Amino acid sequence: MQELFWILLSAMVVNNFTLSLFLGLCPFMGVSSRVETALRMGAANIFVLTITSICAWFLNTFVLAEAPYLRLISFIVVIASLVQIVEMVIKKLSPTLFRQLGIFLPLITTNCAILGLAIFQTNRGYGLLEGLFFAIGAGLGLTLALVLMASIRENSELASVPEVAKGTGLTLIIAGSLSLAFMGFAGLLSAA
Amino acid sequence: MRETTRQEDLLRGIWRENPVLIQLLGLCPALAVTNSVENALAMGLATFFVLCGSSLLVSTLKKLIPHEVRISTYILIIATFVTVADMTLEAVVPEIHKALGAFIALIVVNCMILGRQEAFASKRPVGRALLDAVGTGVGFIIALLLMGSLRELLGNGSLLGISLFGPSYEPWVVMILPPGGFFALGALILALGWIQQRRAPRSQPQEWPEGVADREAA
Repeated sequence: MQELFWILLSAMVVNNFTLSLFLGLCPFMGVSSRVETALRMGAANIFVLTITSICAWFLNTFVLAEAPYLRLISFIVVIASLVQIVEMVIKKLSPTLFRQLGIFLPLITTNCAILGLAIFQTNRGYGLLEGLFFAIGAGLGLTLALVLMASIRENSELASVPEVAKGTGLTLIIAGSLSLAFMGFAGLLSAA
Repeated sequence: MRETTRQEDLLRGIWRENPVLIQLLGLCPALAVTNSVENALAMGLATFFVLCGSSLLVSTLKKLIPHEVRISTYILIIATFVTVADMTLEAVVPEIHKALGAFIALIVVNCMILGRQEAFASKRPVGRALLDAVGTGVGFIIALLLMGSLRELLGNGSLLGISLFGPSYEPWVVMILPPGGFFALGALILALGWIQQRRAPRSQPQEWPEGVADREAA
């Protein structure tokens, strides 16, 4: 149990997907201007990551042992199709939830965080339960990074920034500072 | 859609529409593996190979690919080339393959590659598609090398593993760590913005060529 907790914590803050592994940068740059949008994006991410983790475990255990060279292709096809199916189910069952997560789901599927999770999970040889905790931790980490970024950007809109620094340049420097702050968590694992 | 000349197809991606520095596509690899020039070069070449291969194939098969499933088809084609690149690197340069780790496999989701297929290769003749792929690929390599040299120089005091500043140099270790990636790219983009601002004091409304709109799709 304790080990599972460390997997979750490590994926969430120590090896934060966005700030230390640079996965999922597109949404990080794209939809991090409002806290509310960032939260929804984060929720959709947690959801897709969890599905991905189960998919990857299933493929690894039952299919890919026979043909490891098909790993990449089958991961991407299976994950993309499953997310589409889940999207249809949500649309049918809960239109409210669909309206909140809907537009983000297809975008997320082609996000490097998703494929990255599947590959990391395979490389580290995680089982089903470990994979699930890893996915939830990674999703929470992404949400945390998105929300932090969005809150800073909401405030920096009111700041007087030189014309040249507006936009991407400033966002990247802020991201760098956040990443620097998150490096402080690195001591957490060695202390344990 | 504005018609372009062959020369434009080739040169556009290299600087004026540089995929990383101007269009901000393919940021994950540009930030994650550029902590040394060697890694940056390996990543750049692998991406270059995948981009040229998939552009060539997509452009050849464009009449056979049904419109409804085109994106999935492109991803399958890209994933095939990435698998080839992954296995080749593992066989030829195992150390670099190990250093790049999962990021070779993640070339599949590099939005720059998919963007070029959707915006260009699927609509143009084979020759044009290849020219465009070569241009964009070279632009990507240039951006990665810029990042890689900046970070290795500051973070390690060396270029391609050769020490430049002598033993008294105190390296900025942070530059080869993750935050350094954000800082280096941020600094490059700020510098580019500054140069552009100085060159065109009264900026004219710029006409964005096709390709820029892909950023939204990513």
